[in-house]
Amino acid sequence: MQLIYEKSVPGRRGVKLPASDVPVAAALPAALLRTEAAGLAEVSELDLVRHFTNLSRRNFSVDTNFYPLGSCTMKYNAKVLENAAVLFAPFHPMTALLPGGVEACQGSLGMLYDLGQMLADITGMDEVTTQPLAGAHGEMTGILLVSAYHAARGNKAKKKYVVVPDSSHGTNPASAAIAGYEIITVPTAPYGDMDLELFKKAMTDEVAAVMITCPNTLGLFNPHIKEISDIAHSHDALMYYDGANLNAIMGKVKPGDVGFDVVHVNLHKTFGTPHGGGGPGSGPVGVKKALIPFLPQPRIVMDDDGQFLFDAPRTASIGRTANFYGNFGVMVKAYAYIIMLGRVGLIRVSEQAVLNANYIKERLKPYYDLPYDMTCMHECVFSASKQLAHGVHAIDISKFLIDRGYHPPTVYFPMIVKEAIMIEPTETESKATMDAFIEVMIEAARTAETNPQALHDAPLTMPISRLDETKAAREQNVCCQW
Amino acid sequence: MNDSHYCPHTPEEISEMLSVIGVASVEELFAPIPAALRAKTFNLPPGQSEFETFARMQAIAGDNVQGLTNFIGGGFYDHLIPSVIDHLSGRAEFYTAYTPYQPECSQGTLQALFEYQTAICRLTGLDVSNASLYDGATACAEAAMMALRVTGRNRIIVDGCLNPFSRQVLKTYLYNLDVEVIEIAPLDGMLNRAELSRVLDSSIAALLVQNPNFFGCIDDFTALADQIHAAGALVVASVYPISLGILKSPGEMGVDIAVGDGQSLGNPLCFGGPSFGFISARKAYIRNMPGRIVGETVDKSGKRGYVLTLQAREQHIKRQKATSNICSNQGLCALRGLIFLSSVGKQGLADLACLNRDKAEYAKARLAAIPGVTVLQSAPTFNEFTLFLSKPADAVVAGLLKEGIAAGVPLGSYYAGSEQALIVTVTEKRSKKEIDHFAKLLEAALCN
Repeated sequence: MQLIYEKSVPGRRGVKLPASDVPVAAALPAALLRTEAAGLAEVSELDLVRHFTNLSRRNFSVDTNFYPLGSCTMKYNAKVLENAAVLFAPFHPMTALLPGGVEACQGSLGMLYDLGQMLADITGMDEVTTQPLAGAHGEMTGILLVSAYHAARGNKAKKKYVVVPDSSHGTNPASAAIAGYEIITVPTAPYGDMDLELFKKAMTDEVAAVMITCPNTLGLFNPHIKEISDIAHSHDALMYYDGANLNAIMGKVKPGDVGFDVVHVNLHKTFGTPHGGGGPGSGPVGVKKALIPFLPQPRIVMDDDGQFLFDAPRTASIGRTANFYGNFGVMVKAYAYIIMLGRVGLIRVSEQAVLNANYIKERLKPYYDLPYDMTCMHECVFSASKQLAHGVHAIDISKFLIDRGYHPPTVYFPMIVKEAIMIEPTETESKATMDAFIEVMIEAARTAETNPQALHDAPLTMPISRLDETKAAREQNVCCQW
Repeated sequence: MNDSHYCPHTPEEISEMLSVIGVASVEELFAPIPAALRAKTFNLPPGQSEFETFARMQAIAGDNVQGLTNFIGGGFYDHLIPSVIDHLSGRAEFYTAYTPYQPECSQGTLQALFEYQTAICRLTGLDVSNASLYDGATACAEAAMMALRVTGRNRIIVDGCLNPFSRQVLKTYLYNLDVEVIEIAPLDGMLNRAELSRVLDSSIAALLVQNPNFFGCIDDFTALADQIHAAGALVVASVYPISLGILKSPGEMGVDIAVGDGQSLGNPLCFGGPSFGFISARKAYIRNMPGRIVGETVDKSGKRGYVLTLQAREQHIKRQKATSNICSNQGLCALRGLIFLSSVGKQGLADLACLNRDKAEYAKARLAAIPGVTVLQSAPTFNEFTLFLSKPADAVVAGLLKEGIAAGVPLGSYYAGSEQALIVTVTEKRSKKEIDHFAKLLEAALCN
């Protein structure tokens, strides 16, 4: 398909601006002006609409295709949430920061406060900041809170390390590194969780925090989690909970109850807000009482009269992590999602997410190698090792699935599973959808044995076949030249 | 009974699935969680229908004061949004898609992001752009960290005319790192060049500036860029994309990394987000860029296609050695930015920029004529300018807010000793009538 710049015709435009009701201003000095207008597209409104509508049709999406993408929780995004977010479109974020401004923003501030309270209940934390703009941003914020905590106790120089299991998301070590820590990686034991003995050996008083995803990226709940947090605490290390997999445990277990001190949640995973083709997400961070003084500013509090306002600046705070109060529109959607599903609804979400993952795991087990064969939570991880014997890789199975109209599962992650195929169906999918997917997965396994070339050739039904990624990386053509 | 349409199974289906799994109840699947650790309370409210939910959200939105006339900016701007943006970015194939890691079924998102990167490069006059960052403030911090990597140095100079929120976020990002930030206090609302020359040496990684700056002043950093480069440092400029319809681009000035907030490009104010941060740079620095980048390539049959490229910079491959921890970005907001820029187009963006400046110049003259108001005259301005009032700005702003006008951002909260200064923003959305009304009320407030 042509680029919009290739459809551009000089002089054409897609929108008419309002006429001016004021005089034309005196010209700026030439030294301050650009010498030529920026080379943007010049297209009519209809050209523009056709272009982007046709582009959108070259995408898979939750609304058009099943997306069993492990670790990403691609659940259905309720339409009413989109309508709710639009209600808040006109409100300027600076208003609340003007003198007398909080009174004009009681709705927005109250919503943020209430959302924080509800997330605190779900995660077992004492207070939540909504400022972080995505999961990884929440991780960085959380680890900075840990660092402020240690600094306040005079331990800044002593605390040098953050411990992560080798099954962790790449963002965990990356966020801890950005926050100034060195990383200690602990291998996974044959029972599918961080090796407890190796963990004990890794722990010293120089460890600032232990970052854990629970259930982990193999979809397994760590039965030793309380012991791990007790060990961490005995070294004055704090426990960080990566909330990517919170969808499995709502109402069943609270991170705060099992010893976690800092938690981030991904509103775009667990709380039904759309992924937007890569973002926006939202990564609120919950903390235990001891960390509240370090939370980012501005912090929203409620006074005795039930009015919402910002608390006084605190010198202990880590400061500001983003422009304003977070991805507010995303939080509106998450708030609406939580009050719509309610207590029973959220428990059911986790129950059916876990039911669906176990169902797919059992049905596919005869056809794919399951390195950690036990009851899983909301996702399960297979390996294409059986298919590898026929020269077929996880990526070939992925591309075969695309031809059959399914977005592939997450492949090659977690890195500790060879040829990993990570499946997370989510609670919103019907049994019929999963059964159809299972049949196609079985067909892929059979085809691997009978006609591996067919898998290497896939996909055949898409606008393009497999791309030359090496060429892209070598030529670095990231901007249309003309 | 199943009363949730978001969890579709019937009781019969659940029994069937349980028998395949070989357990008697769903509860058995939670057996791996030790009983002693199970949640004892869960105090959320009962659920409700979408209709009740929407009514509740309407009530919450209704608790905000409605219909304020905005003369405030400070990083977020009240601009027109063409109708096509909601309709096109609201296509579910865009907004319910995931990150385009599987390129064959994500060409829509990938090509749109390539077009977005092109628009950002052309707007800023630089060679390479990524596929978006979180917001303008975090983009500024990412650019600073990029400059630290490129130069291998650990000191940064920040112009005090850079948006205070961007400076605060930068400090938070650098909170636990061994990096020194030297902040230069503004001189009459402009970069203090003498002070800059004094602190600039070969230990400096970068200078961070903003154009137009927080006070609204337009600067030309061309000569300055030469001076910074001579010291082996980079220039990072935060820019307001609408202003680039007419203002000299970062690339033309010799800037190395340009950043900014994309809210003004077709994203609603929405109480602060989501918007997006953009970042563009000279090609030599592409391997030090944070975040996702889309590149052009060909498929097996030689057909053009787009793919996420240079992923070896990113956290999912490099873990703690990545150039940034960013994973989710603000892709949908960047798509809105692209549609906005493609809708107004080449000449339209220049016209829009002129319209902003015309309105602001009218307002500036109108307000300057009020007894007790003087204007900061250090440099020409775009659509924001700084006023000095004969009374404390806080009281004036609080008073006008009660009359339905968000009059501007008082400077006192951000610069000690500036309690009588006010930054006023006038976009194309403000009518002459609204400006005149504002002037009348401001005059009354200052005369009382």
